[in-house]
Amino acid sequence: MVDFHGWEMPINYGSQIEEHHAVRRTAGMFDVSHMTIVDVVGEQAQDYLRHLLANDVAKLKERGKALYSGMLNEEGGVVDDLIVYHFETTNYRLVVNSATRQKDMDWLNGQAEGFDVTITERPEFAMIAVQGPQAKEKAASLFSSAQNEAVVGMKPFFGVQAEDLFIATTGYTGEAGYEIMVPNEQAADFWQKLLDAGVVPCGLGARDTLRLEAGMNLYGQDMDETISPLAANMGWTITWEPAERNFVGRKALEAQKAAGTDKLVGLVLTEKGVLRHGQAVKVEGGEGVITSGTFSPTLGHSIAMARVPASVGETAQVEMRKKWVTVNVVKPSFVRNGKSVL
Amino acid sequence: MSNIPSDLRYATTHEWVRPEGDGTFTVGISEHAQELLGDMVFVELPDVGATVSAGDDIAVAESVKAASDVYAPIGGEIVSVNEELEDSPELVNSDPFGDGWLFRIKADDAQEVEGLLDAEGYENSIEEE
Repeated sequence: MVDFHGWEMPINYGSQIEEHHAVRRTAGMFDVSHMTIVDVVGEQAQDYLRHLLANDVAKLKERGKALYSGMLNEEGGVVDDLIVYHFETTNYRLVVNSATRQKDMDWLNGQAEGFDVTITERPEFAMIAVQGPQAKEKAASLFSSAQNEAVVGMKPFFGVQAEDLFIATTGYTGEAGYEIMVPNEQAADFWQKLLDAGVVPCGLGARDTLRLEAGMNLYGQDMDETISPLAANMGWTITWEPAERNFVGRKALEAQKAAGTDKLVGLVLTEKGVLRHGQAVKVEGGEGVITSGTFSPTLGHSIAMARVPASVGETAQVEMRKKWVTVNVVKPSFVRNGKSVL
Repeated sequence: MSNIPSDLRYATTHEWVRPEGDGTFTVGISEHAQELLGDMVFVELPDVGATVSAGDDIAVAESVKAASDVYAPIGGEIVSVNEELEDSPELVNSDPFGDGWLFRIKADDAQEVEGLLDAEGYENSIEEE
């Protein structure tokens, strides 16, 4: 168990690698109750979020549809990354990181000045992520008939309130599954029932290797307040049009885009050794750094994400234990739905 | 509390040493060490025939968490290495004192082993960490 920003959480429940495989092959679950749930409600909720976020919530038309976005500062750095669920233009739910909880709440409230919105943290919910090819079927065995009816045919990146549960087709693993918000007092029982249904409990270690294989960023590691989303493979989360939408950080971001930024790439090492956070990287035209590195249990070798000059070619050199090792440069995505995408 | 067999000797750097009775000594890492490291993913072993001195870093145990040097607890010649670990590094986790052994040394001076910790001494050294 480790202290994870004030939450006592397990790195693993046994073998981190077995937990990883369970999510890729059957079904695993994570207690992600540390994630911060925030409701944004009010006449100007949509206007507020269009000001706050680099992605545009006006793109969300269907009830329950979710969007991934960065929340930027005026310098174009990333205050946090988050998921926003749209219910109505007056009613949204955000899920932000736990490490940044207080900073985010301060930021959300600070930016709300002049908007008719109410921002409410929802600590009364725990959250359990059930992920893997059998996750939905196993979770369904716990749902009431009304809940099962609510989720039938639900596409990826949607969320729905069904009786006591908020059930979303989101995740941080690259597998199908749900993230389920459950009232705190029911959480232990819900977890136990998932365990009885054969879902494997997974710790922070497997969570990190799974998200890295899936090419998903970790806040504080792959980006932070000093890093442009353009240098963190988050360009796709920036909605530039309409040009008159003046979201926080837009001006700085336009300047960064014009000047050019570093980019986040994937690295693949097929020989022995493990790429690690902080290792120096040499590429064509300059130097960079590994932001996240790990052994990939699915691929059987090491993978990493690295922030490097945009002039990067097809290979890079990484300094590992005082030796320079050649690695391949790829898009930062390695495994989806149990299969290699390399 | 992890298992610390009383018939082995230990280095403060978490290697264990087992006398084989023929002047050779088998070396691995302790159960406590593998618990700290977590799932093993690669083990780099010394070359057979290499001559090593006590305290040399001669192997690497790389886990999901970190790469960790393994030191020669005594000096001598490497007479064999555990080739099973090439394909099954997890043996270091599942059976650290048995099938997860790393290498075998033919001691230059078998007396060097007497300078290592016994089980009780090793247990005390862990508790002080």
